Amino acid sequence: MKKLDPKVPEGRLADKWTDYKGTMNLVAPNNKRNIEVIVVGTGLAGASAAATLGELGYKVKVFTFHDSPRRAHSIAAQGGINAAKNYQNDGDSIYRLFYDTIKGGDYRSREANVHRLAEVSANIIDQCVAQGVPFAREYGGLLANRSFGGVQVSRTFYARGQTGQQLLIGAYQALSRQVATGQVELHTRHEMLDLVLEEGKARGIITRNLVTGEIERHAAHCVVLGTGGYGNVFYLSTNAMGCNVTAAWRAVKKGALMANPCYTQIHPTCIPVSGSYQSKLTLMSESLRNDGRVWVPKKKSDVEAIRNGSLKAKDIAEEDRDYYLERRYPAFGNLVPRDVASRAAKQACDSGHGVNKTGLAVFLDFASAIQRYGKSEAFKHGITDPDQETILKYGEQVVEQKYGNLFEMYEKITGDDPYKTPMKIYPAVHYTMGGLWVDYNLETNVPGLFAIGECNFSDHGANRLGASALMQGLADGYFVLPYTIGQFLSHEIRVPKLKNDSPAFLEAEKAVVERIDGIFAVNGNKSVESFHRELGLIMWEYCGMSRNAEGLKKAQKLIQDLRAEFHRDVFIPGDKNEYNPELEKALRVADFMELGEVMVLDALNREESAGGHFREEYQTAEGEAMRNDEDFTHVAAWEWNEESGPIRHVEELQFENVELKVRSYK
Amino acid sequence: MKLTLQIWRQNGPQDKGKIENYQVDATEEMSFLEMLDVLNQQLIEEKKDPVAFDHDCREGICGACSMVINGRPHGPQKATTTCQLHMRHFKDGDTIVIEPFRANAFPVVKDLVVDRSAFDRIIQSGGYISVNTGQAPDGNDIPIEKGISATAFDAAACIGCGACVAACPNASAMLFTSAKVSHLALLPQGAVEGERRAQSMVAQMDKEGFGFCSNTGACEIECPKEISISNIARLNRQYLKSSIASSEINE
Ligand SMILES: Cc1cc2nc3c(=O)[nH]c(=O)nc-3n(C[C@H](O)[C@H](O)[C@H](O)COP(=O)(O)OP(=O)(O)OC[C@H]3O[C@@H](n4cnc5c(N)ncnc54)[C@H](O)[C@@H]3O)c2cc1C
Ligand code: SF4
Ligand code: FES
Repeated sequence: MKKLDPKVPEGRLADKWTDYKGTMNLVAPNNKRNIEVIVVGTGLAGASAAATLGELGYKVKVFTFHDSPRRAHSIAAQGGINAAKNYQNDGDSIYRLFYDTIKGGDYRSREANVHRLAEVSANIIDQCVAQGVPFAREYGGLLANRSFGGVQVSRTFYARGQTGQQLLIGAYQALSRQVATGQVELHTRHEMLDLVLEEGKARGIITRNLVTGEIERHAAHCVVLGTGGYGNVFYLSTNAMGCNVTAAWRAVKKGALMANPCYTQIHPTCIPVSGSYQSKLTLMSESLRNDGRVWVPKKKSDVEAIRNGSLKAKDIAEEDRDYYLERRYPAFGNLVPRDVASRAAKQACDSGHGVNKTGLAVFLDFASAIQRYGKSEAFKHGITDPDQETILKYGEQVVEQKYGNLFEMYEKITGDDPYKTPMKIYPAVHYTMGGLWVDYNLETNVPGLFAIGECNFSDHGANRLGASALMQGLADGYFVLPYTIGQFLSHEIRVPKLKNDSPAFLEAEKAVVERIDGIFAVNGNKSVESFHRELGLIMWEYCGMSRNAEGLKKAQKLIQDLRAEFHRDVFIPGDKNEYNPELEKALRVADFMELGEVMVLDALNREESAGGHFREEYQTAEGEAMRNDEDFTHVAAWEWNEESGPIRHVEELQFENVELKVRSYK
Repeated sequence: MKLTLQIWRQNGPQDKGKIENYQVDATEEMSFLEMLDVLNQQLIEEKKDPVAFDHDCREGICGACSMVINGRPHGPQKATTTCQLHMRHFKDGDTIVIEPFRANAFPVVKDLVVDRSAFDRIIQSGGYISVNTGQAPDGNDIPIEKGISATAFDAAACIGCGACVAACPNASAMLFTSAKVSHLALLPQGAVEGERRAQSMVAQMDKEGFGFCSNTGACEIECPKEISISNIARLNRQYLKSSIASSEINE
């Protein structure tokens, strides 16, 4: 076991980043011109990094498996992005955002990284506004904010329910501008299938051209991965269909460490599963919990009646409803953090109170909000004693302005009208806090390999707060990596343009070709999709919302068996030298299987409950998560080892500014 | 419900392509793409080549999905992408014809997958505000009237799917291009380079081989994000202004 060095600079927490930036090694403009950087991924992290590195004068090559950079999964983010602007004058500050993030992460993240994130958060908003991102505004023309789960200030900036789309388009446009100048070379429909190391340093990647099937070698002075999260290991998740772990996993197989893979975020408000053909789950933004109240019927007889359709939600009397979040967590109510809200929903359903046919759904009800907004809006229109019809009219208008597109999406999918009847929701896999281990420079343990955005593990500890992933992706890409990458590259200025035909490149290329041929050679009987579904079921059952040692051990065996079966019985139609989505999926699922095993192992080894990782053996009498700070205030980072099995390394977490407390939202 | 699907199969840009028939069993709750997943699973089990189609978010926001369903880009439901279309809008016994988005500037990659990189090149030609990272003033330095910001947003909601091109008898990309020109020109930050932007984006659009706009309005009707055709008028004004300005400079 290695003890990992996060390379956090000395000094006071609040000064570290400023001082570090001021003394960091720089690369002179004339040298930048000769330095090549590969960026994989064009989500918020990758696009912002590639654009900024291009502006700085580096020669950038950027890759995405999508047909356009604008389609990266970041496009789907709905609710918003946090920043410590304190525009609302409600007591927000850099320290408070820092503190909320550390606490929200259940004291399992690195103080210095989180503080830096809070520091640069304000710059992100400025940058995006300058790019033309149409954030929501007040009548006075100034930027509007709303609150998100787990905090008591209003610091979330948003663009209707399409914040991710607007931010990504901003970054995509900045990237396109660099492509036009020739500073950035764009490769779409290219999937990275391996990382290439030379003398221990990351010097390039092997890609497959997804249209022609051609395997290509690309060399550069260093490699940046912004390849997103691995939530799709569960098959069903809120992630886009293409999200996968392959780029990160290939890096792991070349020596990078996978940190805290068991920390998975299960989002409390998603549209429940409706059938076995289901291909993905749809998120209903957390912002809805600002106005929606979560409840289930108290009486089992009412539950039955709702399930068989003889009663509707609105028929249940107020006193027969259990607004369980408001009851259990009066201080935060419906705005408790995601892990807490998800577990509470699971408990409500496990105790038999679920409100749909499968018993796996709770209500999210907007009736009170419609009443409240309706009255105040009527008052603004000079109606002091409005009737119900007027209240509903105005109330629904306000709700439509705030959440119109989400309500529409809900209706399209379910056929129910959430203005009239409460939504039915259930938790679903959403985000992965775990990811490639990186130090303060966002560099992995492999020199010259950087990881940014959701694909690293850096800032969210064991649980991510809402509206913080967009912030982190853009912080990494616009304001952190472009500086810290210089720490590595300043030593590389004498290295001439790298060649892509060295033995290391040829060997890596050969290995990729063999991997592809191997998977075709199986020529079995089962589709890739069916294996992926089975893997997902195992992960959800044993390594999902709650876990225990017995289940995890069982999962280990099940995954090993499934993996063996995959390599014995998978069938890929078509040819490798053509556009072949089944081949793409097969390579991704093969990597998910290996990752799944390490996730289970990590969950088994972490003998405590922290954030998104809930071990049934470690809970209080009231069913709340119980951390074990004595033994587990550390990051677990896994090394892949074919012979001995995965090896666990640790980075001890030092809390010098925040006192470790029981996380309470009561 | 039992359905007959007539699907365009084409093995690559050089292949001629043809319609083939398939039978599939679907349920009402399925999305259109899930119905195609069921078909593909069936085909794979028969060791046949599944139907290739672009998709990713399945939430109507990434703009990847792109099919002409019964003659209409993204199918029959208003303001809905293919991935958000659900089978409850079809009935037992229906025959559904599924084809790719067709335009010279969108060559077929395979089956229903087309190459829309021309859109990226239109954006590269000027669809941005020229600001480097770190150069921005405070976000609240320039107040923007709520209504203007909302109109800019409406234009910025374009998902770059290309349905407007597929719907247009001339395969014009005017709705897409004008949405970007409007989004940026309406905002004070973007107005500065508005005229130059309009010029270069229109030039690139022509170069990519998209057709001329003859104001049929088909694009607006089929656009899943209800991008308004008034954006085209706004683009024309910008373009005209800048053409006059540049001819004055030339004189
Ligand atoms: C439905 C939904 C809603 C969300 N809402 C919010 C929100 O309101 N606020 C918030 O803060 N966060 C939200 N999140 C989380 C947030 O959107 C993501 O964490 C974030 O966008 C990830 O950005 P990224 O740049 O790291 O990765 P991504 O956007 O996933 O981009 C990954 C990129 O890598 C490329 N790629 C991956 N693998 C390869 C490979 N092998 N070869 C080549 N290219 C590759 C892809 O093509 C893509 O370009 C939401 C997430 C979901 C699922
Ligand atoms: S204007 Fe509408 S139809 Fe055209 S690309 Fe944009 S969203 Fe699609
Ligand atoms: S798959 Fe993303 S819009 Fe349809």
